[in-house]
Amino acid sequence: MILRGRRMYGGVVEGEALVTRERISGWGGMDPRSGTIIEIGHELRGVSFAGRILVFPAAKGSSAWSHYFHLARLAGKAPAGLLVGRVCTRSALGAAVLKVPALTDFDRDPVEAIRTGDRLRVDADAGIVEILGR
Amino acid sequence: MRLTDEERAMADGAKSRAAARAMELLIRYGEALGAERLVEVTNVAGTWSVANPIVRDYAARGMDAVFSEFNLDSPEVVETPQAAVTACQLIGGLDARRPEALGVAAEVAALNEAGERYFAARGIAMHATCTPYQVGHVPLFGEHCAWMESSAVVYANAVLGARTNTEGRESTGAASVTRRIPYWGLHIPENRAATHLVRVEIPLSGMRDWGLFGYWLGGQIEDEICALDGIAQRPRPIDLKHFGAAAASSGGLEMYHIPGVTPEAPDLAAAFRGRRPRGTLRFGAAERRAAWQALNGRCTGEEVDFVMLGCPHNALEQVQLVARLLEGRRIRDGVALWVFTPRALGEVAERTGIADIIRAAGGELLSDTCPAISRIVPKGVRRAATDSAKQAHYLPAITGVETLFGSVEACVQAALTGRFAEAAP
Repeated sequence: MILRGRRMYGGVVEGEALVTRERISGWGGMDPRSGTIIEIGHELRGVSFAGRILVFPAAKGSSAWSHYFHLARLAGKAPAGLLVGRVCTRSALGAAVLKVPALTDFDRDPVEAIRTGDRLRVDADAGIVEILGR
Repeated sequence: MRLTDEERAMADGAKSRAAARAMELLIRYGEALGAERLVEVTNVAGTWSVANPIVRDYAARGMDAVFSEFNLDSPEVVETPQAAVTACQLIGGLDARRPEALGVAAEVAALNEAGERYFAARGIAMHATCTPYQVGHVPLFGEHCAWMESSAVVYANAVLGARTNTEGRESTGAASVTRRIPYWGLHIPENRAATHLVRVEIPLSGMRDWGLFGYWLGGQIEDEICALDGIAQRPRPIDLKHFGAAAASSGGLEMYHIPGVTPEAPDLAAAFRGRRPRGTLRFGAAERRAAWQALNGRCTGEEVDFVMLGCPHNALEQVQLVARLLEGRRIRDGVALWVFTPRALGEVAERTGIADIIRAAGGELLSDTCPAISRIVPKGVRRAATDSAKQAHYLPAITGVETLFGSVEACVQAALTGRFAEAAP
């Protein structure tokens, strides 16, 4: 299966998907030293996004979103890619700072189409996500 | 993205290495947004903090290393130039004047002070508050800005009529040296119109109600723009400060209109710029109660050992109210009371006896930070009371402390008795 989207940051990566239907917080919502979601009540609480392709509907919360993902990058705990349902300044600046392949504005909802554990190939330059297997 | 000749020259290094690196970041960021161009900004609120964990490690290589990595996302260490705009420091991780009150190590406080001096000399106004609009950092109506701090962003847009998206540390850093930010979102006039109508069916009196209203509204919307109809009593600036902070923490409120009160909505039709509402919400007694439940429902008792007031940082009138409620009384042994206000207003309180009243009662008047940002609460604390829906939202996740939300009067009473006794509205 293939999804088409708009490039936020270029590059190509293959990796495992981590999908959430809930929006992601930076400051106050995740721990940059471990790359783990810490928000109380979040369905991914306790789960690490480090090295995985994070698929989420949108960013939310504090303006320190990009700063916290920046810290995660420096700690070696960044996600390997970002697939964002709806772009906002937090996720856009986050993608610019993480410098990992990132896409948004898809032809279908990535949160519905992709499942956690799916093997993905993201070609952000071509604007294509391929689900290689699940 | 389309760049002007001046912007292309900056990107090519004609102005400074810092401006070239800043342009690189702004172009990456603008492309990620899908912006077509940049816009000139003349007012920035961001952070130049050097004393936070991880950031601190870079300070060992010098302040320019911190600025390059964290304010420009530049792998090259560039010299920090003079700010090209009016720019100020937002809230940070410690009280620079009283680090010991929060148990901050002396070397961390010294590093923070060195950073403040370094960036102050390069034009950053070190207001060190989440509410720069309370201490003179006030953009004009229609002014394009680049601000961080979600509670300040919504205040700047809705109450002041300035234009800013929720920016981050890297984009405000880049804006401070280039006077540019992507022309996107709330910089574009058509995007500032209300999309949803909120019918307010109960009178809102005081900050508790405004906090509950904001907390509820943020949970209902993502980043839609609401017009609030039926506000019977004119809100005060401190009510709107609380409302926006609450809604920005439970949701992503960046802009709203109150017809006849906020500057872009002389009336309801103006708020919608002639368009029809895409949806209507109502806020009544049941919704107010639901917000109270959402904030207080998880608490397992009413005994408190910590009371936190001043999120967003208190106006002087709020500090004076706390002092009046405390005058001639003592807070209960084993309970800590921390009151936060911008450092500029703290100076007024110190010089006019207000701070003395709070200290004589056993409380602390603090500045520059808050428990959620510093991750510091008094030692051994298990349950807090606060008049801030925002702080009540964040504190449990960040510090593990149970938190009760209520009126400032109920919170001060809790500090005096050790028991939070306010009934649900």
